[in-house]
Amino acid sequence: MKHLLSVDDLGGRDGIEEVFRLTDSFVEVSERQIPRVPALRGKTVVWLFYEDSTRTRLSFEQAAKRLSADTMNFSVSTSSVKKGESLRDTVQTIEAMGVDCIVVRHGSAGAPWRVADWVDACVVNAGDGWHEHPTQALLDSYTIRRHLGGVDGKRVAIVGDVKHSRVARSDVLAFSALGAEVTIVAPPTLLPPSLDGWPVSVSHDLDAVLPKCDVVYLLRMQRERMTEALIPSLREYTAGFGLTRRRVDLLDESTLVMHPGPMNRGVEIAAEVADLPRSVVVDQVRNGVAVRMAVLFLLLGSGMDLT
Amino acid sequence: MTTVVLKGGRIIDATGERSGDVVIGEDGRIASVGQNLSADRVIEAGACIVAPGLVDLHAHLREPGHEEAETVETGSRAAALGGFTAVVAMPNTEPATDNAAVVREVLDLGKAALCDVHVAGAITVGRAGEQLAPMAEMAALGVRLFTDDGNGIQDNRLMRRALEYASGLGVTLAQHCEDDSLAAGGHMHEGEWSSRLGIPGVPAEAEELVVMRDIALARLTGASIHFQHVSTAGAVAMVRAAKAGGLAITAEVAPHHFTLTDECCAGYDPVFKVNPPLRTPNDVAALKAGLADGAIDAIATDHAPHAQEAKEKPFDEAPPGMLGLETALALAMTELDIDLATILGLLSWKPAAVARIGGHGGPIVEGAPANICVIDPAASWTVDPSLLASRSRNTPYTGRTLMGRVVHTFLWGEPVVVDGEATR
Repeated sequence: MKHLLSVDDLGGRDGIEEVFRLTDSFVEVSERQIPRVPALRGKTVVWLFYEDSTRTRLSFEQAAKRLSADTMNFSVSTSSVKKGESLRDTVQTIEAMGVDCIVVRHGSAGAPWRVADWVDACVVNAGDGWHEHPTQALLDSYTIRRHLGGVDGKRVAIVGDVKHSRVARSDVLAFSALGAEVTIVAPPTLLPPSLDGWPVSVSHDLDAVLPKCDVVYLLRMQRERMTEALIPSLREYTAGFGLTRRRVDLLDESTLVMHPGPMNRGVEIAAEVADLPRSVVVDQVRNGVAVRMAVLFLLLGSGMDLT
Repeated sequence: MTTVVLKGGRIIDATGERSGDVVIGEDGRIASVGQNLSADRVIEAGACIVAPGLVDLHAHLREPGHEEAETVETGSRAAALGGFTAVVAMPNTEPATDNAAVVREVLDLGKAALCDVHVAGAITVGRAGEQLAPMAEMAALGVRLFTDDGNGIQDNRLMRRALEYASGLGVTLAQHCEDDSLAAGGHMHEGEWSSRLGIPGVPAEAEELVVMRDIALARLTGASIHFQHVSTAGAVAMVRAAKAGGLAITAEVAPHHFTLTDECCAGYDPVFKVNPPLRTPNDVAALKAGLADGAIDAIATDHAPHAQEAKEKPFDEAPPGMLGLETALALAMTELDIDLATILGLLSWKPAAVARIGGHGGPIVEGAPANICVIDPAASWTVDPSLLASRSRNTPYTGRTLMGRVVHTFLWGEPVVVDGEATR
């Protein structure tokens, strides 16, 4: 694997499980008193974030530091991008400074593919438009595996704005590669125009799905969707598709509640539901660091001894 | 100028096919057509087709305003190499070709070009879709086709008035069929691939709604209307039905729409971004059927050069458009299961009739203007962007091997392409 642009780059179930085995050892590293290994000493990783991100950038940064990599941050808001520099010139300039890995977040679907065409460094997609967010899918799958013992055969409901969600696209690919049964639940306006080829079933009735799932994965509902005539109001969305206190009673005792963050408490998830023990949102964030350590190690640390 | 004889070619024009010699006289006209003819210079055309020069209803020559992408000179050289002896230059220049002054500028530039350059005028001022442009003053300079190409006219009443006004001038409106509100924010065909790739889509219905409305307005006004770059199965069906109902409707299809599909966008390379977008295999099949059965009148290139830096962007930030002039004929010959005479009709005499371009489109008879292309139907060649004459390189066919090559092109008797090379 030269780049991680899509979940498909991981090579299916076997490739994803290899990431998980590495992640297990990095979870162990993270629990040490000094949670740091010299695996990527001398390697440089740069963050190229064309969109705001707090948790993903910090999570990658923590992962790189725990592997002893050097990191640089390219902040678009203060950079020459404001002076009209093209994406190609920007990435080639950065590469010329000597970087081994570029972690890209961009508002345009496919932008990391363009970057990968233009540089020799390895490229990690940290979110491209509505398209993919592969490390999120890895940390989500890993979290399910840790809590439920595996992903195979698990029934996962992904609820909300799938149309605009890179998390949903990557999660569908990863969950189904690992053998989960995925149901997406949303009003038709928040579904992609076509689901041909998607290994999912579709429902518009959350109450009917909730009793029959092992994981409820809630997507963030963005407020501007109302102005695009996709939903009449957030109130109506919550009534139909929010995980309210009442709906939690429909869940099996062991069903997990997940969310990629940042949460809109009171919209897609009720505040008290977010704080229930079955809600593993904080674990997702914790696992994200170890998963990203595994990804960076896989891409940059070939031949190195983990111990 | 000396006289030239094209010896022993298959002569194909609107009147049919025959074998023979064609002598091009010193006056730029065909001196004679027959057997065993001689002239100062002999060009063997035995294995070749001798046809009227091709006519493109839809070329973006980019001048004035975007000379970094193309000029009238470079675009006309690409046209001549593609077998075209006449092109209609689209009005989305900067400034827009929406008045006599800009029309005159482009026509003047065209005088030195390697093909005849006709101009399409804008329907509305600034192509903004609000106020009618001075169509009469442009028509007085010979403009016969008007379009806001790149933009469709959204307002129903304005489109009605434009059709009525145009019919009084004896000119035709050409519509870029796109409903702005349905298409808003889209960058490729809306469907299976856009959903998977996370690229906002443009549904086929954004095109079809405008085709539907304009057919209704053609019925209301009695005016003629031409549909540009038809790309969907539904649009072809509506055009076919409207023609059967006797309306004065014509339509063109671009080569990329019958040779490429939306799946091409999977690598996010904006060289495959075009408007209307590449559609589905089902649409491709419908376009091919429409080209075969006459529902579609013309193959038009929608030649849309873009400078390298404009396309070196993420898919949604890059402008739409792809090169077409140098590959159109070979794509049609390679990809369409249609007899050659029909293909040449779609590329030559039928578009000449749509745009009312005199002197082009044949027939190849004594006394007619010598606007001729000579085609080797058996020659195969591989598309190499670095070898194209266009100033830009945005062809989606890099590396594709095509059958059929233009060997010679004569413009009013002048050999502007000889042995596949432009002479100037």
